[in-house]
Amino acid sequence: MILFDVKKRLGSLALEASFATDGARVVALFGRSGAGKTSIINMVAGLITPDEGRIEVNDRCVFDSDAGVNLPPEHRRFGYVFQDGRLFPHLSVRANLSYGMKLVPHAGRRVRFEQVVELLGIEHLLNRRPAKLSGGEKQRVAIGRALLTSPDLLLMDEPMASLDNARKSEVLPFIAQLPREFAIPILYASHSPDEILSIADKMVLIQDGRVVKIGSPEVLLA
Amino acid sequence: MMEFLSLTALEREAIGLSLWISGWALVGSLPLGILAAWVLARRNFVGKTLLDGSVHLPLVLPPVVTGYMLLLLFGRKGILGQPLYAWFGINFSFNWKGAALASAVVAFPLLVRAVRLSIEGVDQGLEAAARTLGAGPVRVFFTVTLPLAVPGVLTGMILSFARSLSEFGATITFVSNIPGETRTLPLALYTLTQVADGETGALRICLISVFLAIVAIAGSEVLGRRMASRVRG
Repeated sequence: MILFDVKKRLGSLALEASFATDGARVVALFGRSGAGKTSIINMVAGLITPDEGRIEVNDRCVFDSDAGVNLPPEHRRFGYVFQDGRLFPHLSVRANLSYGMKLVPHAGRRVRFEQVVELLGIEHLLNRRPAKLSGGEKQRVAIGRALLTSPDLLLMDEPMASLDNARKSEVLPFIAQLPREFAIPILYASHSPDEILSIADKMVLIQDGRVVKIGSPEVLLA
Repeated sequence: MMEFLSLTALEREAIGLSLWISGWALVGSLPLGILAAWVLARRNFVGKTLLDGSVHLPLVLPPVVTGYMLLLLFGRKGILGQPLYAWFGINFSFNWKGAALASAVVAFPLLVRAVRLSIEGVDQGLEAAARTLGAGPVRVFFTVTLPLAVPGVLTGMILSFARSLSEFGATITFVSNIPGETRTLPLALYTLTQVADGETGALRICLISVFLAIVAIAGSEVLGRRMASRVRG
């Protein structure tokens, strides 16, 4: 369950968004580019600090301007899959995958390395460098890297925007399996109705930095 | 011919001293140089321009002026030299440590510039990604920023080492020209130009200096290229 209620001035965009989701496994943020989707994800992740407001995930407060709470990103325990992958170019795929996992105490590791590698079909890539991977392979590794931190919430910012249609079909089925396989809720930003219809069970429509509608994708996109 | 190629005791001493002093200047200034470069590349604070300026000061000041300032600061009766000697027994005046300090100060801007440029070239998106994976700022620096900046760090190290090898003005002003203690290659060359029939000796040291400089530059090229391709993957 995500509770998001913040104000943030970002250049010409006055973001003033508030929504709450409960019971949904995959929540999609839908809107045109520039509507504020990435900024919302970055604020949940702790990479941008809101001017004021409150952010709560599973009843844990990660930001509250009144109470002076602002957890740094490394203490929020949210995985983040970026639009551009952002794999570490100087590390092998294996080292990329385990970078965050190693920082989680053994008791907190709910996601197993072998399980992720198998599910994402990246076993044959483990010893390669990111520069030698295709776009789809990079995104699958990026998803695996975020998953392996055993996050409380998985943030995905247009994870397929840089992929062509053939590559998208390599990645989308994997994403669709994640909530069932690992019981990790997902907050997914996208401007593609097709993607949202195929994976999300709740949708938040964003326009010019404001929440316009919340509901089921089938109804809102009909 | 063989006689021309074999080094005299004086030359060996000057070469050894030059490498020793430049080496210590580099080792001593590297951590501070990387820190200064990171601060200048990644932080915004009041007084940043002042820090930037003072780091670059030795680049534009005549080395003699830098040497004289060092004498005022770190001499036996200097503002910093006196307490350093009284409390820690560290003494920079008229010894090789002072020569290393002079070299480090004069070469510092070159080191910081190269490292800073390469840190600025590291994608901050990668640093943000590392934060979301649970790494705090210090870990991010040592596991992401620094490894990706290695080519620039190496360039800075070679540049700074080469600048130390060629250091003359600040050294002779701060710690004088003492054989076996502060008489590095440039000072030995200068000494030979001041005595009668020193031309041959001076020419030999000139050639040695050119040779060392070429080795340093070639080494940095090779290392830099290898590191750059390693970082790119």
